Amino acid sequence: MGNKTMTNQNMPPERLLELDDVHVHFPLREGLVKAVNGVSYHVNKGEVLGIVGESGSGKSITARAIMRLLPKRAAAPEGGITFRPRNGETYELSALGRNSRAMRQVRGQHIGMIFQEPMTALSPVHTIGAQIMRTVQLHMGLNRKAARERAIELLAKVQMPRPNQLVDAFPHQLSGGMRQRAMIALAISCNPSLLIADEPTTALDVTTEAQILELLKELQSEMGMAIIFITHNFGVVADIADRVSVMYLGKIVETATVDDIFYAAKHPYTQALLRSIPRLGVDQGRRLPTIPGMVPDPFSVPPGCAFNPRCTHAVAGICDTQVPPEKIFGSQMSRCHFADQFVAAEAAHV
Amino acid sequence: MVAFILRRLLLAIPMLLFISFISFVIIQLPPGDYVTAYVAQLRQGGEYISAVQEAAMRERLGLNDPMLVQYWRWITAIIFRGDFGYSLDWNAPVSSLIWDRLAITLALSTASLIITWLIAIPVGVYSATRQYSVLDYVFTVFGFLGKGTPDFLLALILMWIAFVYMQLDVGGLFSSQYQNAPWSWGKLIDLLQHLWIPLVVLGTGGAAGLIRVMRANMLDELGKPYVETAYAQGLSERQVVWGYPVRVALNPFISTVGWALPALFSGDVITAIVLNLPTTGPLLLQALKMQDMYLAGSFILILSVFTVIGTLISDILLAWFDPRIRYA
Repeated sequence: MGNKTMTNQNMPPERLLELDDVHVHFPLREGLVKAVNGVSYHVNKGEVLGIVGESGSGKSITARAIMRLLPKRAAAPEGGITFRPRNGETYELSALGRNSRAMRQVRGQHIGMIFQEPMTALSPVHTIGAQIMRTVQLHMGLNRKAARERAIELLAKVQMPRPNQLVDAFPHQLSGGMRQRAMIALAISCNPSLLIADEPTTALDVTTEAQILELLKELQSEMGMAIIFITHNFGVVADIADRVSVMYLGKIVETATVDDIFYAAKHPYTQALLRSIPRLGVDQGRRLPTIPGMVPDPFSVPPGCAFNPRCTHAVAGICDTQVPPEKIFGSQMSRCHFADQFVAAEAAHV
Repeated sequence: MVAFILRRLLLAIPMLLFISFISFVIIQLPPGDYVTAYVAQLRQGGEYISAVQEAAMRERLGLNDPMLVQYWRWITAIIFRGDFGYSLDWNAPVSSLIWDRLAITLALSTASLIITWLIAIPVGVYSATRQYSVLDYVFTVFGFLGKGTPDFLLALILMWIAFVYMQLDVGGLFSSQYQNAPWSWGKLIDLLQHLWIPLVVLGTGGAAGLIRVMRANMLDELGKPYVETAYAQGLSERQVVWGYPVRVALNPFISTVGWALPALFSGDVITAIVLNLPTTGPLLLQALKMQDMYLAGSFILILSVFTVIGTLISDILLAWFDPRIRYA
């Protein structure tokens, strides 16, 4: 792993995870795809961070960079990822190899992960109990009997009906929502400090989605774990997240508390995304505003601010030449040349 | 499960009867019969028999009866007395000819199947997990070479190498001094010295194809989300690969295990002839050439029994191995 990190040993005590200028590149025949192009964010203990972005914005790849589970052809040339779970040890994840022993201890034990497709994310030839038992036996050193009891207890915890029986069920015997519950039980089986949920409700219907979100919130407050919640759905973010980061083309364009994102967004991309959410009873009969243009193809990311060709605020000579710096306003960060103007406009409004 | 097996076994009975009838008919379809073939053989040897003798022979062997009568006589004897009839060509009961050969064939096919799997599974898994590595390419080349080389040619080459460079007595399963000797350590060692060539030939031929199957299946499975889940649990690469995708990728192996038996009976006749192996293949070929219908028919019947039983075993194994099939 190429790794020139600015190591962050002096993380604040409340900090659980810190990403510093993380890059993930895919050298393809057509060119170099910078799927993650300098992402920095942090997660505090017990906090829910929502990551919002379109498909291909790099949000899942960033999560896999944390887990060191990147596709084999990916390269992670720079960036530091520091992680300090409950046991107080500090792990420099960016320095750990994909198959290193330290990384394998972190996975499953300190960081649990839930995936998008509950249909295919569980092994089809093992019972859900066997899959949970495997993990708790690996990390908690339990014997078979204790591991089985733990699996049943976990299934009860994720509100699986009849946990005593369904512990012996195969994934194909369960509904989508039940499979996702089993997946959550697997991910939280060793009381992780961090849960990464990669679009966990995207494949579910809205009723089940609401139940799963409710469950995740309950588990989060009960177990005090932090969650990185990856989604493209602002409604879900509003429901569960404390803070939100918005990603566009491999970069974080804005990070703020959930209130600031919805009521005081300081990046034109965030503003445009929020405008294109339909609302009940508002603007009936009017066309929903959309963001003009298409997401550029990853081989030719526009110079300057990657969003400039689609941005209504873009100014030629600035936005298409200079990469906007991170501008900080209290707890809010915006990567826009004109973020200050949005702040001023808000001040004028008040 | 028990009900399923019983039902399948019951269904197999009419199926086997049907197959036996069809095969009996097909054996009789070519013009002429055993006597024609026998007379032609004698004529080649310079002997002649008169038309009267020929007719008497037909009458004695019951070849003048309608085919249905002949079939009825043959099949009822099998069902009620376990008597497979009389080989006209060998002038001996069919039973005395086939059981020894069947045992050897079964042993050979089992051994070569085990060798095939022992080669194909690890190599296929390696090739898939290290796709496009040097060794993957090496295995790929050998796989295609193995698939492209006819088994009998490989057998000839190995026999030549064994004979010229290793001064081994090749062909058959035993040296002449042990051929009819009772079992002893010497005979066993002699058997092993002969056995490796057919095992290598049969094992590698099958392995070459199965390596490709295993590699392709593994590549499919390795990309699936459950593999990533297994990694995310903190399992090591070996634990993940052998514990999860291999389990799923083995399905086609299990589902074809039942066909290994019939394939060895009939498919590798040429290899068996080249290597002079006392298996069933060459005997069946000879029986068909001579229109030795009771021998050929019995073979095909036993072959069908093995196919049906083999398929049933495959199905049961598969249901045991893959829960998705069990409940479907």
